[in-house]
Amino acid sequence: MTAPNHQWREFKNTLMQVVTLVCAFLVVTPLVLVFYHLIRLGFTSINLAFFTQLPRAVGETGGGMANAIAGTFILLGQAAALGVPVGVLGGVFLSEYGWKNINSFLRFAADIMNGVPSIVWGLVVYSLVVVPMHGFSALAGGIVLGLMMIPLVMRTTEEVLHLVPGGYREAALALGISKWRTILLIVVRTALKGIVTGVLLALARVAGETAPLLFTAFGNRFWAHKLNEPIAALPLQIFNYAISPYDDWHRQAWAGALVLLFLVLFINISVRFLTREKWKR
Amino acid sequence: MEQKATNAALAVSNLSVFFGANEVLKSVSIDISPRAVTAIIGPSGCGKSTFLRALNRMHELNPEARMTGEIRLFGDDIYAREIQPVIVRRRVGMVFQKSNPFPTMTIYENVTVGLRLNGVRDKKILIERAEQSLRMAALWDEVKDRLHAPAISLSGGQQQRLCIARALAVQPEVLLMDEPASALDPLATSKIEDLILELKKNYTIVIVTHNMQQAARASDFTAFFYLGELVEFGPTKKIFTSPSQKRTEDYVTGRFG
Repeated sequence: MTAPNHQWREFKNTLMQVVTLVCAFLVVTPLVLVFYHLIRLGFTSINLAFFTQLPRAVGETGGGMANAIAGTFILLGQAAALGVPVGVLGGVFLSEYGWKNINSFLRFAADIMNGVPSIVWGLVVYSLVVVPMHGFSALAGGIVLGLMMIPLVMRTTEEVLHLVPGGYREAALALGISKWRTILLIVVRTALKGIVTGVLLALARVAGETAPLLFTAFGNRFWAHKLNEPIAALPLQIFNYAISPYDDWHRQAWAGALVLLFLVLFINISVRFLTREKWKR
Repeated sequence: MEQKATNAALAVSNLSVFFGANEVLKSVSIDISPRAVTAIIGPSGCGKSTFLRALNRMHELNPEARMTGEIRLFGDDIYAREIQPVIVRRRVGMVFQKSNPFPTMTIYENVTVGLRLNGVRDKKILIERAEQSLRMAALWDEVKDRLHAPAISLSGGQQQRLCIARALAVQPEVLLMDEPASALDPLATSKIEDLILELKKNYTIVIVTHNMQQAARASDFTAFFYLGELVEFGPTKKIFTSPSQKRTEDYVTGRFG
């Protein structure tokens, strides 16, 4: 090829570069928009009362979302209590024990579970927990979020355990250390950071779930004192306030969304902090 | 355990190992002398690593593995039905080609891990055994001031000696070494070889090596494996100067392999 074509090629190359660059920035644009919007509309409604007070009666302005913030943490705690042990031990089975056929079946099942729409999870737990218990409850909310965490935690645990070099397993077994101790105290310990990362990301993922909580935790304008009572949660409160006709509630919904976003952001930053290389070699 | 009169540390008779349908060791019989270094040489794929791993049942980590024959460790049948592999491995330690200190642990924790995870809690015993093992591995002077530093802060040669110390800490009777110096530079290699000569005063050592000079320098006995068979076994000097088999001579003089 000779000179005239050369320029045309250079032009095409530059054009493609620009197109991909623009697309790359388009990816982060929604994030910027979300932050801009939430801070503009939500920040002014964030004050001490928002974190410490209960919602006021309908029509009264002021009050806060203290019960919803606490409720979200209670639900996440229950979800972790269910999802972390089952998910981590399931991942240990897949990576360290397991048989080919069973493993591929379990992986496939976990991947399907990850794709099940969250509202379907809500309906399942509604019929399995809410109906027999004759009422919405914090417990049902924790269970639905925990069930959603299990496949996520299981798959990430399996993956990080696979990254632990086989040499460590051999070294431990050659010292006469039994298999379960080798797995627990050598393999899992080596991969611990990765496992914690997976757990935190799963928590961040379910922290914002709204649909499954509609049929389970239900929401509550007051403090929930027992796990068999309905409980408030940030996403539920945001939903209820956002569809209400009151301006003050709309403002509080923005504030709630901002707090929820920062909670998820905080979890993600913790993950970045954890996965930072400490001893580079 | 059933006792049988023999003066060998490891008496191997008619050992065959299969991976699936593949016979990787064919009816090997060999008596390994106590307090001596036995080198296993042979080209890649000749079964020498498999032989070594059969000596402490590490080959069983491969679910396809199967063996026939008998191995007696100071008279005890290590494949007897009631014997757990864990027990065998406590008596027959192993050092691997690639040094593998546990990355989450300090130097001290690495040396004592075999004891701690087998139930030793007494701090005094642990500290004592850590020093003793590190001294035997000729590492004590280099690490005594930083026992609580991460193990992976050590150099490659030091890491390998740490792995040797870790294996020694559980006080095995036999030490198996699978090409322990092949990933190290010449200086670190010579340190490991000096160490082997020192250790044989108290231990029975079996070492797999690709390095002819290393086998000649460091071992008392040499076994030459080829295609899963034991071709020749005898005093190292004889194997290297006047082997009785043509194949052995061709291999040790570098004509093939």
